[in-house]
Amino acid sequence: MSAPFRVERRLDCPAWLNWAIPAGAVATALLAGALLLFFLGVSPGAAYKAMFKGALGDAWGVSETLVKAIPLTLAGLAVGLAFTMVVWNIGAEGQIVMGALAAVAVVRYAFVDSAPVMFVLMFLAAALSGGLWAGFAGYLKARWNVNETITTLMMNYIAILLAEYFIYGPWRDPSSLGFPMTAPFPDAARLPVFGSTRVHVGLVIAVLLAVLFRVLYRWTRWGFELRVIGNNPNAARYAGIDYMKNILLAMFVSGAVAGIAGMTEIAGLQGRIQPGFSGGYGFTAIIVAWLARLNPLATILVSFLLGALLVGGDTLQVVMRLPLASVQVLQGLILFCVLGGEFFRNYRIVRTGKGE
Amino acid sequence: MDILVPILTAAIRSGTPILYATLGEILTEKAGVLNLGLEGLMLLGAFSGFSVTLATGNPWLGLAAAVAAGMAVSAIHAFLCVTMKANQVVSGLAITMFGTGMSALLGKGYVGETIRGIGIMPVPVLGKIPVLGPVLFNHDPLVYASYVLVGFLCWFIASTRWGLTLRAVGENPRAVDTAGLSVPRLRYAYTMAGGGLAALGGAYLSVVYTQMWVEMMTAGRGWIAVALVIFGIWNPLRAALGSYLFGGVGALQLRIQAAGTTVPAPLLLMLPYVLTIAVLVAISVKKGRGILLGAPAALGQPFHREERD
Repeated sequence: MSAPFRVERRLDCPAWLNWAIPAGAVATALLAGALLLFFLGVSPGAAYKAMFKGALGDAWGVSETLVKAIPLTLAGLAVGLAFTMVVWNIGAEGQIVMGALAAVAVVRYAFVDSAPVMFVLMFLAAALSGGLWAGFAGYLKARWNVNETITTLMMNYIAILLAEYFIYGPWRDPSSLGFPMTAPFPDAARLPVFGSTRVHVGLVIAVLLAVLFRVLYRWTRWGFELRVIGNNPNAARYAGIDYMKNILLAMFVSGAVAGIAGMTEIAGLQGRIQPGFSGGYGFTAIIVAWLARLNPLATILVSFLLGALLVGGDTLQVVMRLPLASVQVLQGLILFCVLGGEFFRNYRIVRTGKGE
Repeated sequence: MDILVPILTAAIRSGTPILYATLGEILTEKAGVLNLGLEGLMLLGAFSGFSVTLATGNPWLGLAAAVAAGMAVSAIHAFLCVTMKANQVVSGLAITMFGTGMSALLGKGYVGETIRGIGIMPVPVLGKIPVLGPVLFNHDPLVYASYVLVGFLCWFIASTRWGLTLRAVGENPRAVDTAGLSVPRLRYAYTMAGGGLAALGGAYLSVVYTQMWVEMMTAGRGWIAVALVIFGIWNPLRAALGSYLFGGVGALQLRIQAAGTTVPAPLLLMLPYVLTIAVLVAISVKKGRGILLGAPAALGQPFHREERD
């Protein structure tokens, strides 16, 4: 042997690495981002300080971070569920849009004054709409093995264009002075917020669903079946686990949860839809799910951190005049580092003796 | 014919950027690496091609810069997927995020600038043939280069020794390793070559087709290219037909809009995406009936040299 080091597969991963690897990955990504900022002529120290102060520096910043963590948690749970069974639902963005559209439809066409009834209707409509949108891709996958990465992605574009059709067309608010947006939601359709912040009840829904997912994965038969299909589809088939039913169900639930994310974002925060309202949460959710290693409770924590990154990005835009795309670059870097870090979970580098 | 010729001509032109990306992905996937980062690579290519053309005044330098940028960023994908044995789907998504973000970040100051890109150069004799002449031979040099590339790749993959090695590394990397060739080196090379071609496709959009830079100007063409690889069953010639089909739909949709239709624009813009799904379903249903398709057997799987399969 001439190399002084050798790569060896780990038999099991020590517990501390489960924390150290994601932390190290994020730190490395921030370092790489600092380098990039430096080359762009921006002081990395000042930029990161501004981001931190904006997102976590005061109570308002923290509350804004929570506001962004709500759709991230919900969408993160949604894609995490599909990823658990190695189904690549990249379409959370479109499913969020479909959920939001369903909420707007309920407000437009269901004449109810009671807030609780309105909430239940919007919740069910959004879940159904997002669920069917994702379920369609799930059906194609289960029935003919149609590549779901591409169908879910194409359906993002279709959903966004569908929303534009409604926003510019039949649902445009006549009193909006020509701006493309729908009419504001009536008070009965708005979700309650906490105190004087913009944090809405969606937070409670997100946390409850995360706990529910945890219970589902850990203690139910369905959760077990999902994990078996994900880990070893052949074993699942031998064990008589119904692949078709599970894919359909998983995609439906995944889309439903993403749809609920869209509904809470609109009913809880924005109060109407306009072009670009979905804000890329569906894509950031992929990083959330991956960083959280598909663990529902970790998804809440990771969503908070990535929510802070998004709020920090907004601050960066205002204070340092950096485009919002810098956050997207940082997200890409984080994902690179997390993926690279996985290597150290599965392998270790051993020093080999000299003179062999 | 009077209506058909302009549409077919436009189909070739607007299909060309998709074609370059599709050909690149065929090379990468043939080597067993799935690169879902095409959209990001195309955007990076579009930006670097545009900015270098603007700075130097030479569009060819712009194209070269785009290829270099595409190769550099797809090297990250190769490093993660080949060396670090990471998940190829997620790594590809990361490339798309990174590429989209970088192009928007660096390209902010370039919106609204114009360049003198590469214009149309009719082929002397062939361009005079009725119908075929204007449709096929009244284009810019990059379109002609793509014809040559399609032919070259068909020959390269099917009939050369290198092509055999390429197919083997995607079908049975262990055999390649046993034959004494380096699987990682081959996968790096083809991932980078594919990334360079995808970026060239992006640069075609900014340097030749529109001669301007707009954020997100690829509008999903990278993803359509990924779908076309499956549609084209990893065959360059079929990929070309697929790309022109999509180019034609794009051109047709513009014409319908220009003709003043009552169909709202967002619904027309959906066409290519709906068509992608339809095409994918059609090909997958066929696959279900037992027709052999060309998906490389080891596609998406990392190669572990020291371990048993």
